[in-house]
Amino acid sequence: MTDSFPQILRRDPRAEWIARNRLHPLHDSVMAANGAEVRGPSGLLRKNPHVIGFIGPNGIKRIDRANTSSGLMAGKKRSSTTQDVELPLHQVIDPTGYIVVVPDMVGGRLTTHDKDILGLGHSLIKEYADNMAVVAVCFGESKETQFELAGVDRLIHLSSAEYEGFSPEARLAALQHIHQIYQPKHWLFPDSINGGTDLASRLSARIGERAAAQAWQVSIAQTVCRGASASLDIKRETPRILMLLEECGNAINETRHEVLPLTLDRFEMTDTRIEDNGLVDVDPNAVPLAEAEFILSAGNGIHNWEQFHACAKALGATEGASRVAVDDGFMPRARQVGASGTWVTAQVYLAVGISGAIQHMQGIGQCDKVIAINTDAGCDMVKRADLAVIGDSEEVLQALMALANERKGVLLDDALPKEENHVA
Amino acid sequence: MLPDVKVFSLLSIGRHPQSGRARRAEQDARAVELGLTLVGRDLNLVHAGSAQQDDSVLRQYAGMGLPALTLLEQEENADILPSLAKFLQNNQAGIVLMGVRAESGESSGMLPYLLAEKLGWPIVSRIADIVDIKEGVADVLLALPRGQRRAVQVALPFIATLDNAASAPRQTAYGSGLRAKIEVVSSESTVDDLTLNWQVSPAKPRPKRMKVVKAKTAADRFKAATAKLAGGGGQVLKEGTPAEKAQAIFDLLLEEKVIR
Ligand SMILES: Cc1cc2nc3c(=O)[nH]c(=O)nc-3n(C[C@H](O)[C@H](O)[C@H](O)COP(=O)(O)OP(=O)(O)OC[C@H]3O[C@@H](n4cnc5c(N)ncnc54)[C@H](O)[C@@H]3O)c2cc1C
Repeated sequence: MTDSFPQILRRDPRAEWIARNRLHPLHDSVMAANGAEVRGPSGLLRKNPHVIGFIGPNGIKRIDRANTSSGLMAGKKRSSTTQDVELPLHQVIDPTGYIVVVPDMVGGRLTTHDKDILGLGHSLIKEYADNMAVVAVCFGESKETQFELAGVDRLIHLSSAEYEGFSPEARLAALQHIHQIYQPKHWLFPDSINGGTDLASRLSARIGERAAAQAWQVSIAQTVCRGASASLDIKRETPRILMLLEECGNAINETRHEVLPLTLDRFEMTDTRIEDNGLVDVDPNAVPLAEAEFILSAGNGIHNWEQFHACAKALGATEGASRVAVDDGFMPRARQVGASGTWVTAQVYLAVGISGAIQHMQGIGQCDKVIAINTDAGCDMVKRADLAVIGDSEEVLQALMALANERKGVLLDDALPKEENHVA
Repeated sequence: MLPDVKVFSLLSIGRHPQSGRARRAEQDARAVELGLTLVGRDLNLVHAGSAQQDDSVLRQYAGMGLPALTLLEQEENADILPSLAKFLQNNQAGIVLMGVRAESGESSGMLPYLLAEKLGWPIVSRIADIVDIKEGVADVLLALPRGQRRAVQVALPFIATLDNAASAPRQTAYGSGLRAKIEVVSSESTVDDLTLNWQVSPAKPRPKRMKVVKAKTAADRFKAATAKLAGGGGQVLKEGTPAEKAQAIFDLLLEEKVIR
């Protein structure tokens, strides 16, 4: 029994009490059993410094001079390595119904908005007190590795080519097919500009279920939604299709889920009348800094500014800067990232020659991936970065620019014949 | 040269976010602006609503440079979908422009989708611009999050909703708005009985979520409260030539799809 919980210290208060009281009749025998106190031949108290003490929870050796816990602690050293606890597995066997969530999966990963909605799905199931499963429907490429921790019981992953890019008609056809086969109790969508609202509205119009938009408080009986540009609360019966605002539920964090794949048999695609021609190049510096997806940020470690601007152009990145770069007049104030500048939300933040002062770090708190280029391997930016490169900024930027231009050249060569077709 | 399509912009009564007064709705005004750049004064403006109400807001739309607008007469609380669909079909609309969400009422944003479904037309939402129309196909620019744009081709006739990224509406002229003719078309009203048992109240502020620290021991809580954000798991490249280091960065950029 005791071995299965090595982390738990079992105290014996009586033994400790006896150990504290040198006049207790059992004092000698208790101390001898623990071996904590040894008398030398002359009767002096001898302490073996290697035996006393224990390792505290943060890995530091502690010596308990008051001897308060000497009771039965000896020999049971507390290991400082905290094991990763395996969360309990939540299993749904033969579900009687489904709640289907269609996450946005921005950049191929679940957003916090998506996770809240998955959590809401589970809280609805709890309210129904029924053996239902939460199904996630993902389109396109997925980079998510933690579906099981986000509360996905079943997963429908549609990754074939017709769902890539902008493909609302194909996605709608798939959802309609899922609706027919699985008859979900509820459809939950994020009410977001990342495609959730669009898809939910299309499904709602197609299957003729009146959806609730901008819902933020949902129980199985009633839903509260915002209306009239968020100036009204509308309380209504909970419909089958819900478009949910952020923080509408609490994300799952105490269970693991099975993520069993659900398959869809083939179904007929409707003909498409919307054709995707791909993303259009926009001027990265025209995008507001706070919204930019990819920021190349310059600090005091940049010495060749012409090269920095050329590199940003070659990479197609929005330019950012640390306060020092701005104060020294190399970059305009509007480009400053940080506490007294702009708080950015970039997916990739490439920090060149920035040490990572706390005022700067506050501004990049919401960035997904941080890459650092710095000469100092010990600076805070390197500690924060997902990928840090130790080296001179000028050399690395030069090589990076060469790579970007090389790739552009290849793409241009590929595109040339097509380009001619377009012109004709 | 103006393309030979009939363009309709649907109008709604907006709501000023601070004062709550009726105004030109922002996205609808953008729909009128886009319509005006596409076909100039051949643009058709349509509003479905009660004929009794104050028409000063509708006249603000007309004041953007149009001589007339159509009012489909409907009762209060009516479902305007059937009469709008009928009107658009009868008038051989080619492109129907409107805002993403109304600024008053339920503002579910469902009207464009329901119209599209009823008419059997394609719909594109959150467009920034219509670049070109030829041979029954329109080149449309969609507004994506983070300032990105996507080029899309849509077959006519279609419905489009306008994002705030579309070009800002021009000023409205009060005088020419007053002189505009409002053609009232009487049409059948269908009562929207589902909304009758809704309870509507002024919006309550939503509680903000607090940061919850899941720590079992005091030491963990202390750490969570004081520790610097240590990324930890990051990869650090110290060795190698600049070219190799740049390659590592470039691979990550490609993987994240920020370089195309
Ligand atoms: C009230 C207040 C508000 C502030 N607000 C902000 C803010 O909003 N934003 C902000 O950024 N700062 C802000 N600061 C300033 C902040 O404290 C730092 O001073 C600043 O961020 C440091 O900028 P830096 O990292 O570019 O410069 P440094 O700290 O000088 O770092 C330069 C880095 O470049 C590296 N380096 C040097 N040469 C090279 C090379 N050749 N190749 C590669 N790397 C090299 C160095 O190793 C070093 O890590 C604020 C400060 C205060 C007091």
